[in-house]
Amino acid sequence: MDVFVQQLINGLTLGSIYGLIAIGYTMVFGIIGMVNFAHGDVFMVSTFIALISFLVLTALGISSVALAFLLVLVVTMALTALWGFSVERIAYRPLRGSFRLAPLISAIGVSIFLSNFVQVAQGARNKSLPSLLDGGLTLFERDGYAVTLSYKQILIMAVTSVLLLGFWYLVQRTPFGRAQRACEQDRKMAALLGIDVDRTISLTFVLGAVLAAVAGLLYLLYYGVVSFSDGFVPGVKAFTAAVLGGIGSLPGAVIGGLIIGLIETFWSAYFSIEYKDVAAFSILAIVLIFMPSGLLGRAEVEKV
Amino acid sequence: MAAAQTRASASPAAILRDAGLFALAAFGLCVPIVSYRTDLGNNGLELTPRWGLVAGLCAAVFVLRVVQRLVLERRAARVALTPSPHQASEPVGAEPNAGQRLPRLGLPLFVGFALFLPLIAALASGGLSPARYWIDLGILILTYVMLGWGLNIVVGLAGLLDLGYVAFYAVGAYSYALLSTVFGLSFWVCLPLAGLFAGLWGVMLGFPVLRLRGDYLAIVTLAFGEIIRLVLINWTDVTGGAAGITSIPRATFFGVPFKAGPDGFSGLFGLAFDPMHRIVFLYYLILALALITSLVTLRLRRLPLGRAWEALREDEIACRSLGIDTTKTKLTAFALGAMFGGFAGSFFAVRQGFVSPESFNFLESAIILAIVVLGGMGSQLGVAVAAVAMVGGPELLRNLGFLKAVFGEGFDPNEFRLLLFGLAMVAMMIWRPRGLIADRMPTVALGRRRAIGKDLVREGHG
Repeated sequence: MDVFVQQLINGLTLGSIYGLIAIGYTMVFGIIGMVNFAHGDVFMVSTFIALISFLVLTALGISSVALAFLLVLVVTMALTALWGFSVERIAYRPLRGSFRLAPLISAIGVSIFLSNFVQVAQGARNKSLPSLLDGGLTLFERDGYAVTLSYKQILIMAVTSVLLLGFWYLVQRTPFGRAQRACEQDRKMAALLGIDVDRTISLTFVLGAVLAAVAGLLYLLYYGVVSFSDGFVPGVKAFTAAVLGGIGSLPGAVIGGLIIGLIETFWSAYFSIEYKDVAAFSILAIVLIFMPSGLLGRAEVEKV
Repeated sequence: MAAAQTRASASPAAILRDAGLFALAAFGLCVPIVSYRTDLGNNGLELTPRWGLVAGLCAAVFVLRVVQRLVLERRAARVALTPSPHQASEPVGAEPNAGQRLPRLGLPLFVGFALFLPLIAALASGGLSPARYWIDLGILILTYVMLGWGLNIVVGLAGLLDLGYVAFYAVGAYSYALLSTVFGLSFWVCLPLAGLFAGLWGVMLGFPVLRLRGDYLAIVTLAFGEIIRLVLINWTDVTGGAAGITSIPRATFFGVPFKAGPDGFSGLFGLAFDPMHRIVFLYYLILALALITSLVTLRLRRLPLGRAWEALREDEIACRSLGIDTTKTKLTAFALGAMFGGFAGSFFAVRQGFVSPESFNFLESAIILAIVVLGGMGSQLGVAVAAVAMVGGPELLRNLGFLKAVFGEGFDPNEFRLLLFGLAMVAMMIWRPRGLIADRMPTVALGRRRAIGKDLVREGHG
């Protein structure tokens, strides 16, 4: 029971990070119907931006953790947004109207480029950051096993919740959100009604990258280690989350993320830690084969 | 790009401003990943500022953008002068003859060169042993050519994007490694078995997933590829885990081992013993395997099956309505591709003498896919050229001294190889989305044979 509660907390923490990344996948898929394979690597780039920003701030002598965190958050979000924007502009926009697999192949190219760009620029070694936020609350303790909720986990869940609320407001209540949803339903019709479709798609990528940036910063805080190859596995897991929740559905992405996080931690705790990635990949395959519309997604109708 | 063409002539100031914007964006992308390098110091990570590099990159982007704009301007001016508006867009049958002639001559040329490479290398460097570097490089390139040709069946002909191709390569390699170390079977028994196993795996994995749409299929194959790799890492009892399997028996000349002494290869043929015999033999072995792959593909394209593949690539719904069993057609492409991957895998194992899961990660799949994509998806020669350029190119660059002089002593072009791979994939999709247009020529046609134009492949359901 104690282990169960502890794993529940860990799983939800991990799951909220996956959920943040998954939103980027699901929004892009919803609006232009492509799997943005490079999204995981945009996430990885953001972890590096966050890492170096922390180091620069430390070098500048900013010692307040809260201030540093906020500054890094803003910087990471802004710079990652620029990455998301540029990637869309250079690698995806010229391909609109090309054959179906072209954007995916291009995205794989971007993914390879990004991970190797970071490898060339920063070296292949793992980079670690000393823990910025230690300690936590002990929820209850029995037979010498303490169930703890660390401050990091509180921070991650709090930031995720606030961000998701803001994001929900943006999509549901603002003109951009309306345009975004309109493009998702029918791009041609939206264009006829005077919506700048290209701009909306750009903004969608920017928004996805911003959420990935927050996920990247939280990931860095939680694990303290990043490497250039870190985009692939979290990216695939987040994509699994998006598919599980029903690709194209925003609440689905968050729910899917939480489920994947929970499955991963419980699998590691109760079965085997070696096969935890196998579990995630298997879920991806099983969901795509047997339940391609996911939990909350709409079934796809093929039009001729 | 489009904006540049509509505005017939932009003022130099506008061009400079635009390029400045690009440089600014490049600056934003370089901060802080390029501008500070993190290295492990005495107390944690230490930063090394590299603002000079950032300035150089931004300047390069600025200059490139100015040049690009000027070129576009000139092209736009030329388009404005020509009377017909149709000439501005790409013609439907973009010079089929020029594109067609090259592959017809190119493939025999490539094969001819490949056949004589060991001889040429030996003559040029004065003996077999000094030529070892070139022959090894040839083996490496041919392995990728073969993998590319194998994947080409799946991606180029049937239009199924397979991101887990390396799984079948791994199955082939481990089949040979295990069969030979555990059961003591010889390479020549294992080679067909490895292909068979890989093909079986192809059917097994392919069966449930081939109903899926193009991009979902790609992701599921990726997942399967990763699952196989993770199982290879973690199933230590059988596969040896991350350490892999070592001391795999070497290839024999159809049963005659390459060793000194009377019953070795050299003794049998009355030659002086030379370890290079084995290398040359391996070279011709992979060349033969690659050529078999190519021949089978070329012949299959003339069979109803091959035509069904091509039809499937162009339009799946039309295929279904014409009564083609799409699942079976896809499955054969998948299984055949997997089989050739398995052959290549067992060759890899026999050449290396050891296998480990590290050789079969996603990047390897991506490299093979990049070769097929850059080769123009469907073109045999294109794949060969792409493999030579992408695998051989960086190897050759490494030996050029002046690059080291320009970029410093630690410069290694191999580091940039994958960077270029990624960029090339994107560029190919933008400018040459379906490869050399000539290879979109249908193998069979009613009446006049016409290249399949870009406008027709737009919404292909591949």
